[in-house]
Amino acid sequence: MKVIGNELQIKGIVASIDRDNIDTDQIIPTEYLKSIKKFGFEDYLFDGWRYLDDGKLGISKNERKINHEFVLNQEPFTQANILLTRDNFGCGSSREHAVWALRDFGIRVVIASSFGDIFYNNCFKNGVLPVKLSKDQIEEIFKAEVGEMSVSLDSKKIEFNNTYQYEFEVEDNLLERIVLGLDDVDMTLKYKNDIKLFEELRKKEKPWIYADE
Amino acid sequence: MPNTLYDKLWNEHHIKTLDSGESLIYIDRQYLHEVTSPQAFEGLSKKGLLPWRLGANIATPDHNVPTERGDSFTVENISDDISKIQVVELDKNCNKFGIKQFDITSANQGIVHVIGPELGYTLPGMTIVCGDSHTSTHGAFGCLAMGIGTSEVEHVLATQTLKVSKLLNMKVIFEGTPQRGVSSKDIVLFLIGEIGTAGGNGHAIEFSGSYIESISMEARMTICNMAIEAGAKVGLIATDSTTIDYVKEHSPLSVDDLALAQKHWNNLFSDKEAIFDKEIVIDISQIKPQVTWGTSPEMVVDYDAGLPKLSMQTEANKKNIELAKNYMGIKEGEKLTDLEFDRVFIGSCTNSRIEDLREAASVIKGRIVSEKITEAIVVPGSGMVKAQAEAEGLDKIFKDAGFIWRDPGCSMCLGMNPDQLKPYERCASTSNRNFEGRQGNLGRTHLMSPVMAAYTAINGVIGDLS
Ligand code: SF4
Repeated sequence: MKVIGNELQIKGIVASIDRDNIDTDQIIPTEYLKSIKKFGFEDYLFDGWRYLDDGKLGISKNERKINHEFVLNQEPFTQANILLTRDNFGCGSSREHAVWALRDFGIRVVIASSFGDIFYNNCFKNGVLPVKLSKDQIEEIFKAEVGEMSVSLDSKKIEFNNTYQYEFEVEDNLLERIVLGLDDVDMTLKYKNDIKLFEELRKKEKPWIYADE
Repeated sequence: MPNTLYDKLWNEHHIKTLDSGESLIYIDRQYLHEVTSPQAFEGLSKKGLLPWRLGANIATPDHNVPTERGDSFTVENISDDISKIQVVELDKNCNKFGIKQFDITSANQGIVHVIGPELGYTLPGMTIVCGDSHTSTHGAFGCLAMGIGTSEVEHVLATQTLKVSKLLNMKVIFEGTPQRGVSSKDIVLFLIGEIGTAGGNGHAIEFSGSYIESISMEARMTICNMAIEAGAKVGLIATDSTTIDYVKEHSPLSVDDLALAQKHWNNLFSDKEAIFDKEIVIDISQIKPQVTWGTSPEMVVDYDAGLPKLSMQTEANKKNIELAKNYMGIKEGEKLTDLEFDRVFIGSCTNSRIEDLREAASVIKGRIVSEKITEAIVVPGSGMVKAQAEAEGLDKIFKDAGFIWRDPGCSMCLGMNPDQLKPYERCASTSNRNFEGRQGNLGRTHLMSPVMAAYTAINGVIGDLS
């Protein structure tokens, strides 16, 4: 896995999309799931909203009809690295491509009042931080004119306009994965022997699970 | 201490608690398809690893495959080059590592969530994962089954485990007898309308009650399939005699293995005193056929009800409803029964099993597809379902009515293969997601049961099934 970086502060421009239930089909439409790569999805993020024409995998944004009404096509949000949205962001399909597209575009933090479970998990595997705030806090941020926002990973706080400050909760071990870019497979293989022992016992007790081997 | 079914499955598969507080759980079965596996195999190769336990994995291509194939079709005949690459890649990876695959030419190829149970690979009490959110389907067998991301697919290939935190327990009790024309799809859509698409977030939902006990495995799979649309990555149903009868019919297990297994399976239910974090009781006898009107499965109403009026909404709701109505081309004051449909799709891992096709065929028998409908297709979920349906003559009923009878695959459930809506086309669909663009760019999807979709094919509009 690529080490995403060791910074504990993420500063930047906040783009907001004022919608509930943004599903992973919107974050990246099915067409682009045909890629067999883990990178290169930046031009397809929010494809259905970002462009006026129908895209295909391999066609870059320069060849597309841009929807200038959409926030990520407007300055300075083309450079956004923080995304603000409403409830249940990333619901629906398990496609990790949704997180890859956000990451490839440069989004490092997504702020919402809740997230789809599978999407939330996928974020931490790819260096994207999902921040959960209350609905009221989200409403406040939408109303405030956010200039630059700063997100601190060690103190678990977001701050902007010198006046607003919110604390958020996220499990330390998940945060650590983002900060250190740790690989789960390597970490789990340290417990190889535990897994083997468990498996041996299971084979004895529940042989039918292994019947076709 | 009394345990829920989810607790029991969790405890049985728990290897150890990690310093991080998460748990390592053992995975019995992994299903693989062409879309979410290539990057996982690549990761495995890069690390120089082999799959931990080959026999745990079963693969089939389903999302990309064209559904007009005929008999001599091979992977070479896929005309979309990019789709072809994924299907070829799955072939290559399965051959390279030695993973069992039902490839595009196999009589058993089909949607991964349809073939798993019917070929006997899904067994009660298992932990099952797949890089696909509708893995919740297999929970109908008393399994702990869930969708995972591609990084986790690689993790399961490499370690036969998953690193997860425990979910909360939620119980949904469906009591009563359904009205005529109401099927399991209506029941689960109704639930999603009640609790919303985030209602089950962070929970494993166990479905129970007299209604669940009374229905077939096919109907139970439809309900667990859509647990994810209620936000829950895990849906569950206790194992009972219906489950065991189905497994006996479909599994190749020996008599001895079955006898041993059955002792264990008899314990796959929630203890009477078990405590759930959330509980909902729904009287299903009042439920009418459900049809979605918007761009999220929670935007669902009785087929003949009025739609949410903008003037009566809070600011926050208003925006979501307005966006959805605009996208769906529904004018203020219009009802679902006012809308004319262009396409009909009967298929997907929610509703492409034999029972779904039988029910749809019973509505269609002896009638013909409305002239207003430009195309109506039936896509059996697997080669096995297709063969069974043909043996029963269902294909003939559909074809005589003017339906197109297809080969198995995900088809028009998602815009990834040639079966797609054109912009603004309105589709009566038995699938599970009505998201913007899900069935093709700017396409308009209305989710409903197979019988309602069949009715729509005949009449061009939705209507009264009683
Ligand atoms: S039928 Fe649809 S929901 Fe089911 S696995 Fe295929 S694409 Fe996913």
